[in-house]
Amino acid sequence: MLNERIKPIVMPKWGLSMSEGKVTGWLKEPGSPISIGDELLEVETDKITNVVEAGESGILRRVLGEPGNIYPVKTLIAVVADPDVPEDDIDAFIASYAAPSGDEDEEDEDAAPRYLFTETAVGTIRYARRGEGAARVLLIHGFGGDLDNWLFNIDALAENATVYALDLPGHGQSTKSLPEASLKGLAAATRAFMEAVSIDKAHLVGHSMGGAVAMTLALEAPDSVASLSLICPAGLGQEINGNYIDGFVSAASRRELKPVVENLFADPGLVSRQMIDDLLKYKRLDGVNDTLRALASAMFDDGTQQDVLAGSIKDTDIPRLVVWGELDRVIPVAHASALDSAARVEVIPNAGHMVQMEASGKVNALLKEQIGRKA
Amino acid sequence: MSRKISMKQAINEALDLEMSRDPTVILMGEDIVGGTGAPGEKDAWGGVLGVTKGLYGKHGDRLMDTPLSESAYIGAAIGAATCGLRPVAELMFIDFMGVCFDQIFNQAAKFRYMFGGKAETPVVIRGMVGAGFRAAAQHSQMLTPIFTHVPGLKVVCPSNAYDAKGLLIQSIRDNDPVIFCEHKALYGFEMDVPRESYAIPFGEANVLRDGDDVTLVSYGLTVHRAMAAAEILAQEKIEAEVIDLRTLSPIDRDTIIDSVERTGRLVVIDEAHPRCNIATDISAHVCQHAFGALKAGVQMVTAPHTPVPFSPVLEDLYIPSAEAIAAAARRTMGITAADQTVAA
Repeated sequence: MLNERIKPIVMPKWGLSMSEGKVTGWLKEPGSPISIGDELLEVETDKITNVVEAGESGILRRVLGEPGNIYPVKTLIAVVADPDVPEDDIDAFIASYAAPSGDEDEEDEDAAPRYLFTETAVGTIRYARRGEGAARVLLIHGFGGDLDNWLFNIDALAENATVYALDLPGHGQSTKSLPEASLKGLAAATRAFMEAVSIDKAHLVGHSMGGAVAMTLALEAPDSVASLSLICPAGLGQEINGNYIDGFVSAASRRELKPVVENLFADPGLVSRQMIDDLLKYKRLDGVNDTLRALASAMFDDGTQQDVLAGSIKDTDIPRLVVWGELDRVIPVAHASALDSAARVEVIPNAGHMVQMEASGKVNALLKEQIGRKA
Repeated sequence: MSRKISMKQAINEALDLEMSRDPTVILMGEDIVGGTGAPGEKDAWGGVLGVTKGLYGKHGDRLMDTPLSESAYIGAAIGAATCGLRPVAELMFIDFMGVCFDQIFNQAAKFRYMFGGKAETPVVIRGMVGAGFRAAAQHSQMLTPIFTHVPGLKVVCPSNAYDAKGLLIQSIRDNDPVIFCEHKALYGFEMDVPRESYAIPFGEANVLRDGDDVTLVSYGLTVHRAMAAAEILAQEKIEAEVIDLRTLSPIDRDTIIDSVERTGRLVVIDEAHPRCNIATDISAHVCQHAFGALKAGVQMVTAPHTPVPFSPVLEDLYIPSAEAIAAAARRTMGITAADQTVAA
């Protein structure tokens, strides 16, 4: 009974491939009061480093995960409890806490989120689906990205919605070819995906090029869009970092790609060897670079965005949220004010173009609010 | 989409995909079909270890079983390459190169140069390399340095299934002669490999592990020994960076120099004989171009200067071990065996 007042903090699982994480440091001292959303500790995986936020409130009674040590996902690394819970009860809770075992891993494989595939009018699309809520949310990644760009967001949003994230054609593990390599082509593919998985209407969350895809879809099929959340989106102004786009398409080696990808983050230290390796593995697949090159020349030729949709979006009555990383080096943060006062605009300090990864807690809170609003 | 397959399957898949994509790709070699016409079996062997199994059924006469005459069929493959085909010739064991070496180093490697850049020779010669297979002195050698010595040849030696597939596809698409060295002890080694085609560019080493204390450089089977050594060293709070060369000609010297400039210490591991091998080449290059960065003498861990023994006990000793690599790394750190004993 008392156990309900003792809350475990465990090693999180970010994305399908994460099996363990390293505690790099605690941001709260044992004994500190904790509120929901407080930054508790930093965890490093082979892909990226991120902050673990409190999902519970209380006192940080025990810190078990030692900095520098690696723990399997779901390992108990701290305990939060109310101040009046006796020490003995906390010790008993820790002693009886079931560590993840081999058996549980097998169970996990059934319960764990996994990648799904569906056949659409434009070919095979890979996607992920989380949560059971009535509201539908669709996450659309940017140029050269994939659904794992949402690894810090998808589970948080799924607490009260059914969340889908897809790989656009030419990206991730979806079909590598796109009949019409343009914004319209990507919007048509996204609609084909929504049809294939029977989504009539969704809250669209688009990052970068995915933001322009979401806006295009909203203009073409306003009835299927409950709201627009645009994260450092393309489509709100002409400027874009042409060197980034060209560099990303032409880079063939780790040495060439790493400095390009560092443009995506305010903290270039987040770009790990594994992140670059994964991007190279994707870029090497036959057809990928042709599609990226075609998309780049249709949409971002010569460092200029060809499709500016701000004016048309203003004429719709779809609720919209614009979130930008203040230090974005790909699309200028000045575009954040391109929409009228009907849009809520939030500029997040100390974050770059991948603001949904670098400031996932803040972005998740904004997105949840936007999705929770009555459309 | 990816799934786990062995290096042997990855090589088979690369051949299959390229044969499907490009009708000029043909396969030649001893027993690569194997047993055609034998009762009940059209595709009995698919090569001495079954690497090309199943391809005859799909691609038919674009696979050719050849007579046991390496000089004839390697020469035929090279000639066909100059005339517009993209042959992949299997030398079975790389050790058999002696029979056909003129065709490789004096003909294929020279054509582009001697014909003023007008001739291209897009041939791939696959062959098994390396010890550990109990195949004795004439079927177990790591002869990579003999090929890297020759200008005009590209030399590839993957350490895993993902690289094997992407590097073989690149080899077939490349317009120069490529010697593709497959370590037979790695054939069964499985990892995640995409189903799709992909090409890994030549001349880019792979960094398998980050570390700031010492750089371990290798290729082929001994990459795995270097990784095991890095685990041993990590227990001793020594963080090793591990670099897999993947291709030996061209060779990615920049990645090595970058790493050594950070760590100041270098151990090169080579399964080839110790004189004039890949390890001596890299060691000399680093000493010439990054001497100022070195905090200790470069260490080399190689096979001994002997034929590969047939005695299993001796053969196991012959291949550089993880412990020997770890010991070499400790030497660069100034840690002696005596320090180790005291610590224990």
